[in-house]
Amino acid sequence: MRYVFKTSHDQDIHLLRHNRDWWWYAALAAALAALPLLISPYYVGELAFIFVLAIASVGLMLLTGFTGLISLGHGAFLLIGAYVEAHALGAGIPLPLSLVLAMLAAGAVGVLLGIPALRLTGLYLAIATLAFSEIVEHLFSHWKFLSAGETFLTVPNPRVLGVRFGGGTGYYYLALGLLAGTILVCLNLLRAPTGRAFIALRDSPIAAETLGVALARTKALAFALSAAIGGLAGALYAHKISTLTAESFNVLLSLQLLMMVVVGGLGSIKGAVLGAVFLGLLDPAIARIKDYLPSSIGEQSGLQLALYGLVLVFFVLFEPSGLSGRWSKIKAYFQAFPIYRRATFKRTKAYMTSERMR
Amino acid sequence: MNGLAVGAIYGLVALGFVLIYKATEVVNFAQGDLLMLGAFIAWTLIVPLGLPYIVAFVLTVAAMAVVGAALDRFVMRPIIGQPHFAGIMLTIGLAFSIRGIASLVWGPQERGLPTPFAQQPRNIGGILVQDATLAIAGVTALLCLLLFFFFRRTRLGIAMQAASQNQLAAYLMAIPVKSVFTLTWAIAAAVAGIAGILIAPLLAVELNLWVIVLKGFAAAVLGGFGSIPGAILGGLLIGVAEQLVGVYEPSAKGITAYVVLLAVLFAFPRGLLGEPLGKRV
Repeated sequence: MRYVFKTSHDQDIHLLRHNRDWWWYAALAAALAALPLLISPYYVGELAFIFVLAIASVGLMLLTGFTGLISLGHGAFLLIGAYVEAHALGAGIPLPLSLVLAMLAAGAVGVLLGIPALRLTGLYLAIATLAFSEIVEHLFSHWKFLSAGETFLTVPNPRVLGVRFGGGTGYYYLALGLLAGTILVCLNLLRAPTGRAFIALRDSPIAAETLGVALARTKALAFALSAAIGGLAGALYAHKISTLTAESFNVLLSLQLLMMVVVGGLGSIKGAVLGAVFLGLLDPAIARIKDYLPSSIGEQSGLQLALYGLVLVFFVLFEPSGLSGRWSKIKAYFQAFPIYRRATFKRTKAYMTSERMR
Repeated sequence: MNGLAVGAIYGLVALGFVLIYKATEVVNFAQGDLLMLGAFIAWTLIVPLGLPYIVAFVLTVAAMAVVGAALDRFVMRPIIGQPHFAGIMLTIGLAFSIRGIASLVWGPQERGLPTPFAQQPRNIGGILVQDATLAIAGVTALLCLLLFFFFRRTRLGIAMQAASQNQLAAYLMAIPVKSVFTLTWAIAAAVAGIAGILIAPLLAVELNLWVIVLKGFAAAVLGGFGSIPGAILGGLLIGVAEQLVGVYEPSAKGITAYVVLLAVLFAFPRGLLGEPLGKRV
């Protein structure tokens, strides 16, 4: 077991606990940067898509994992981001600016949803966000001026520094860079007073308010940030699918995002990324398995859905702390090698008392 | 009148939520998929096996009750005592699984479920009413009354309410909390099965039936999520509102339920008939 010998208070808020970890992350960054040179363009595209999913997942983690507000409608923010990106590029606004616009638009809508949602908690909030995403999807598929009079909206393919941007390596590096940026912003936020307020809000709203956290402002801020990150992911997603329909951002996308957060492990940025990687790899894996199954089973779309469901049930029942929890257990096992005790991570059971009063 | 029939179905779905929520404080996102499963089981019994409608009805309800009890016993029980969020995710996972398995077994095509009800509307007091609509209204009203008296008048019903309010205290009063939960799930799944059979004259039997779960949510929240009459009332309100909006602005019919839901939630955060908000610190 490596202990941290603390010599200053600043060490408590360092991004990494051990200096040696910097080397691991540098190696990871170098490997990811070199990857497009080594693998085929198809896999580069797939990886870039996983990065986009990871951005959205980190955004949702900020809201659900850290602030404790469940959103079943995060797909709506991706939708808004994607449409704003397509319209902005169509109007001739250059690429980095259009991304900012997408973030601002999604963030603004996030505040619009967040302010009335302040009065709602838990279950009611989850259902309200679900209804919100249904309404947004409906508006974008039926109102002509939002979807530019067509059911399909084509996303322009801009040139950046003389290179075609859509698909390809440029997209990969942009997604990777934005993912790294998003993660750093979130980590920094979480060690600052605002992030601490988010976590306090999750663990006990009453205690947080007593200690001077402005509940309304903090909740609205969490909604805005999470929605803005969702909008950024949506803008990148638009380039991946290149023709937009509102149906590609339906409830299933929102549920997939929530699944990433849960499978990865609530309350951990690392978990959000791991969850996105897991779900991003699940689809190609299912496509592979299909070749070996009899066609009557393999050609059904139900197989994917059933597997999704089973994975989710499995994680909630057997590994509620998700992939990142499993990771820290494996790490603890090797660090304390001969004397690891299973009880270290035992779940505590609590008898739930109703929140309802009679 | 059609609006009331659809509304009654929404109400039945909402009823399933309310039952499970009242007893276990878990929101069952798989309720719509249970409804779909019920419709498919009924179709299998009636069309390929050729059983009469009433026999198929009883068998389907029994089968759904068994499914519900099994789900609780083998899937939901381990998370007793875990936070709400675990329950939500678990039922979403169940919903995916049921839908996926149903699609593997029955395939994606639409099917019609034959019913013994006459197609011609009959004239009651100047209003044209179809038999199927009457059947839906009648069964819903009967079920609602039955459940209402069950919760108010029987020992088991009161035990269920006690278990919902405080699991530990209920245990100490010698209430078999776990079996009570299993029974609740069985009843809720049976209600979903009934709704699945009744919906057949209005919609085709197909995989997308689960979408009704979203309307059911709206109905349940409208009624305040803890109240059985509230659930039915919410369902009827949403059904009628949808029908009215459909007349004036057909393209907006699909989202009426959600707009009403959001408006009600923002104005009355605990629903129309909800219990007053209060939490002791």
